Order: sequence, then structure tokens, then C-alpha cells
Amino acid sequence: MKTIKVSVVTPDGPVYESDVEMVSTKAQSGELGILHGHIPMVAPLQIGAVRLKNGGKTDLVAVSGGLLEVRPDKVTILAQSAEKADDIDVERAIRAKERAEQRLGEQKRDNIDFKRAELALQRALNRIEVSEKHF
Amino acid sequence: MASLRDIKSRITSTKKTSQITKAMQMVSAAKMSRAEINAKSFVPYMEKIQEVTASIALGSKDASHPMLTSRPVKKTGYLVITSDRGLCGAYNSNILRSVFQTIQSRHKSSDEYAIIAIGRKGRDFFKKRNMNVILDIVSVPDQPEFAEIKDLASKAVGMFADETFDELYVYYSHYVSAIQQDVTVKKLLPLTDISSSTKLTSYEFEPSAEEILEVLLPQYAESLIYGALLDSKASEHAAVMTAMKSATDNAMELINSLSLSYNRARQAAITQEITEIVGGAAALE
Repeated sequence: MKTIKVSVVTPDGPVYESDVEMVSTKAQSGELGILHGHIPMVAPLQIGAVRLKNGGKTDLVAVSGGLLEVRPDKVTILAQSAEKADDIDVERAIRAKERAEQRLGEQKRDNIDFKRAELALQRALNRIEVSEKHF
Repeated sequence: MASLRDIKSRITSTKKTSQITKAMQMVSAAKMSRAEINAKSFVPYMEKIQEVTASIALGSKDASHPMLTSRPVKKTGYLVITSDRGLCGAYNSNILRSVFQTIQSRHKSSDEYAIIAIGRKGRDFFKKRNMNVILDIVSVPDQPEFAEIKDLASKAVGMFADETFDELYVYYSHYVSAIQQDVTVKKLLPLTDISSSTKLTSYEFEPSAEEILEVLLPQYAESLIYGALLDSKASEHAAVMTAMKSATDNAMELINSLSLSYNRARQAAITQEITEIVGGAAALE
């Protein structure tokens, strides 16, 4: 099966770089699967996991939003933060989750901090989920 | 002439100072090379996001976004990046002078501008002069991570979006080499000068160009701020290193001249002693 080059880059440097058979992830408009030879495309991503299939093996990368850029032979994911499943600091994610939950309890719904706490909670849950699937 | 003991104690204290400045010089040299590595690892992200932004913003004519269009300027934002402490030569004063002069010449009242300060030196400078500092962040670590600056960056971008100011300039020190850093002014928002060196790709947009710009442009502007911060951190360490090197050199020079006068004084004391003994012996004869 033909492979496609994938790189996940963040402001703190590249996180993942490899050749894989398929990239699948959740864009804001829905689930996306990308194989070799896909037409050039750009799509914003949801906070979620990127699954990178190669042979029988699947790598998981947790991304906090960002963009997916597809070219026929290369996929680039631009995210403000991303971690490979092994690199996730689970304890930190759990702490972030608790903090966000506490904030959600205190704030009013229409508050801007409420929105931010909600996003923080999503990011923390995503990290925890990705790291658990891996083990 | 100062006494032997006075000179001796000055030599000792100067030596101690020079040891400290020497150590600081070496620490900054190490930090500078780390900062350079950080700045390098940011480059692929920046290049990619610039390429995609340029492709979308320039490629499709129908794609418009408030962040891409200039509007009449009622208020100007200045993002000023300085260090948290001194001991870095003219690093901070160069930046601050440049911002201060610009503000003085462009604006009549403090309603016409707003300052966002990164770094204690800049914040204190503007607060002392009662200038309009709307947002500040201090104690940015020497090796900043994106997460630490994201909050400020997204607030700054948000202020442009909700029309707190209508344009945003960033003032920082651009790292040219270990001995040269230039004060740089960049117009951050609106994003009018997007250009791309590579060939533009025409993309399929999912769901639409507008919605992608909605996500992409704030992210792009925030990464420009982060890039400026990384750049200015590298210059800060370089400036500290240069300042500490010249402090060490000056201390060495001072020690040399003090040792010379110490030896002279010692010689003079010996000569005087001999003269006294000879004089005493001559008186006995």
C-alpha cells in the first residue's frame, strides 16, 4: 500500500514525522480519512486524536485544534499543541481537568472564562483519553 | 596615595566582581545557544502556517476576514517585548526609546494608543510615565513555551477583533548575531503584508475558506507574536553576554592598574624604610 508523509508541527517544534498508510482525524465538519493521492485540502480540526495507521500499527497523537493541510504526497498538521501518546503528561492532564471542572462550577454560562474552561476541559479529557487508549 | 591595605582590598573585591560577571557571561552564552535552537525549531511551523495563510488569503479572492482588511485607525496598539531585568547593556533602552519616540510623535493623548508590555522593564518604564498599559506579562521564562505566551497572544489578537485598537505593532529586538541585535518594528495586525516565496497551492476548503480563515488567522497572528518573543529572547541573552563580557574586561583592566599602583606603593614603602634605616645609622656615627 502506498504511504503518505505526515508531519505534525507545533510552535515548539515538530512532534511527529513519519510515512503512514492512512491518517484519520476529526475535522470540524466531521471525521476525515486521508490516503495517498488525496486532493489538496485545508480543514480546521477539532480537539481530538489523530490516528496514523501504518501496517498493523496505529500511532495516536493528541492535538488541541489547529489545521490539517493535505497535499497529494504530504499531510501537515499545524496545531498550537500536540503530543504523542507516550509523551503525554497524564498527571498534568488530570490536574488540568480538575481545575477546569472547578472553574466550570464557579462561572456563569455566558462568561468568557466559562468558554475557556470548557475548552481546557476538552483538551485535558482528550489527552487523558489518548494516553489511555495507548496502554 | 591610598594605603597598601586599601588597594589590596579593592583588588580583592574587583576580582570577586569579575568572577561573577564572568559566570554570568558563560550562563548567558549557554542560554543564548538554547534560545537559538528554540527559534530554529519554531521555523518549520512558521513557514508552513505562512504558506497556508498566503495560499488561502491570496489565492481565493472571495475570502475576506476582518483581520485582513485595514480600517480607519482610531487607536493604535503597541506590543513591546523587553527583558525582566537589566544587566544587558542598551538592550531595553534601545527598544523603549524607539517606542517612546514613536508614541510621542504620533499621538497627542493617551486615548490614541494602548501598550501591551512583555517584560518587567518595559512595563515599569511605561507605568512610571503614566502611559496607557492595558496588558502586561512579566517573568517569561528564558526558554518560553508556546503555552506560556498563548494567553497573552490570544488576548492581544482578541483586542484587535473587538476593536480595542485598530492596528497592532510589535517592537522587539531582532537577533542578528551574538554581537548585533536590531530594534525591529513589525506591523502585526491587520495582516496586510502576507507574502509567500513558494508557489501557491490551490486547496479544496472544508467547509469553506471563510471558516478556515476564522481558525487560521488568529493562530497565525499568535504565532507571529511567539516568533517575535523567541527572537527577542535570543537577543536578550546575546545582549547580556556582551554586557557581561565587557564588564569582565573592564574589571581585568582595573585589576591590572590597581596591581601596578599596589606594587608602586609597596616599593615606595620599602624605599622609605631603607632611607629611614640608613638615616638612623648615619645619625649614630
